[in-house]
Amino acid sequence: MRRAAAILSSVLFGAGLLAAGLHAASAPAVRWTEEERAIIRSLALDALPPLPTDPSNRVADDPRAAELGRALFFDVRLSANGQVACATCHLPERQFQDDVPLARGVGTTTRRTMPIAGMAHSPFLFWDGRADSLWSQALGPLESPVEHGGNRTQYAHVIAEHYRERYEAVFGPLPETVKFPPQAGPVADPDATRAWEAMPEADREAVNRVFANIGKAIAAFERTITPAPTRFDAYASTLGAGILNEDEVAGLRLFIGKGECVNCHNGPLLTDNHFHNTGVPAASGLPKDLGRAAGAKLVREDPFNCLGPYSDAGEGDCSELRFMAADGHELLRAYKTPSLRGAAGRPPYMHAGQIPTLADVVAHYSAAPAAPAGHSELRPLNLSETERRQLIAFLATLNPDPDDKGRNGF
Amino acid sequence: MLTLTSRRALLLGIPALVLAGGIVTAGAMMRSVPSDLDLALEKPTAAGLYKAAIAPQTNPVSVGSMHAWTVTVLTPTGAPIKAAKIGINGGMPQHGHGLPTAPQVTKDLGGGRYLIEGMKFNMRGWWTLDLAIDGPKGADTVTFNLVL
Ligand SMILES: [Cu+2]
Repeated sequence: MRRAAAILSSVLFGAGLLAAGLHAASAPAVRWTEEERAIIRSLALDALPPLPTDPSNRVADDPRAAELGRALFFDVRLSANGQVACATCHLPERQFQDDVPLARGVGTTTRRTMPIAGMAHSPFLFWDGRADSLWSQALGPLESPVEHGGNRTQYAHVIAEHYRERYEAVFGPLPETVKFPPQAGPVADPDATRAWEAMPEADREAVNRVFANIGKAIAAFERTITPAPTRFDAYASTLGAGILNEDEVAGLRLFIGKGECVNCHNGPLLTDNHFHNTGVPAASGLPKDLGRAAGAKLVREDPFNCLGPYSDAGEGDCSELRFMAADGHELLRAYKTPSLRGAAGRPPYMHAGQIPTLADVVAHYSAAPAAPAGHSELRPLNLSETERRQLIAFLATLNPDPDDKGRNGF
Repeated sequence: MLTLTSRRALLLGIPALVLAGGIVTAGAMMRSVPSDLDLALEKPTAAGLYKAAIAPQTNPVSVGSMHAWTVTVLTPTGAPIKAAKIGINGGMPQHGHGLPTAPQVTKDLGGGRYLIEGMKFNMRGWWTLDLAIDGPKGADTVTFNLVL
């Protein structure tokens, strides 16, 4: 009896056909097995667990820190030329990304800007996972010569001049910044590097602490950026008729079935938060990119990682870093699985924006070309043109609901 | 000793677990798991030098989160093996990849029991966990199958 009811409730009809009042027999019935239904529900936004705590950032959930972080996120004074803020590439109205293959700050980077929503769930940040917290991630672009292009003492001066009160309310007294050189830090600029090396160790430590705290405030803000519900979520929670059309449902079936997309794009954020070599072609004109093989080493050496002196983590924390896979051929040209929420609305794709459209991405996964280095995990799917169209239709159901725009500020 | 009941509890605790043998229907998401897969969580090592058992510290074992396991190493007659060295490996045979993390034995819990930290499964499906055990009777290996 229960079984019959379950099967009946899982029978769907194409929304359009139903609306047109056609006889049910002419519409293909959509039937999900119990396992398939469990998988579909596991992808829904309401299955997203609460934000994991970040023991390495004691102000991660302090609203005052988030407010400070919000201000810093949009502040162009945190740059070499007074024109670049985090928001320059992470555009709030564009899912916190910038729609171009390679991010542009004071120069041009070698990587595609990643969106921010839901990133607080990710143990490793950047395409190669070279940061292990939102706060240490935020520090990278600040010092990159092609992104913000500035340096640590410059930023400490900005805090002292423009944010003193708000900073001290969250982090306690600022060090005496007047004695620090205006431009100093371990950056590409040789003058700033020389000035940094000339500073007493204790001063450098004090500046590092301010620098880390800038990241921690920005991280507190970024933790408030959460994914918005989509049409797919409405479908996943009820599996009801009339929410997805026939192509979209067929695409979902491919996604969790023949396409094996769900192997890596799993859970409510449609990512396994891991790194995979999927044979993505090397971007022309860019230096050799080792992906996770380089990122794993960088995060281990990063003084701002979870185990470092600027982390607030205690004994027994940092398990992601302590038990990180740091060696092995699988890391070569492996890149982080991106969330597919909103992905259909933000071409171009891949870590260097090498693939211009979603149709090209699906074609890539169907063809499974050999990797330029390392080994691709893909096997050819030989999807038909119809199947590819259906997959793309399904992916568009993961776009944020336009009515929901602005709910969380994006 | 791990009873069938505790094994069942583990398996049923895994959300939306695929039971090997029959339930994986046509069109289901993953390559079907071999129907004769040995899902025992306690078994003799390959050369029979030891008996090994594994158990998760938290139940259910969910995809994507870090969790700790205990390994128990005994002689074939059930006496605890102390001071064993245990190497951990594994992966997904049907996907051709290894474990996403590098788990390690972090504590000798006594009585032949050892704590493994840093385990993670980032996908559903069939996983193997390969232990290389080096103890007083020599080196031996054992492979456990897990389906989640
Ligand atoms: Cu896998």
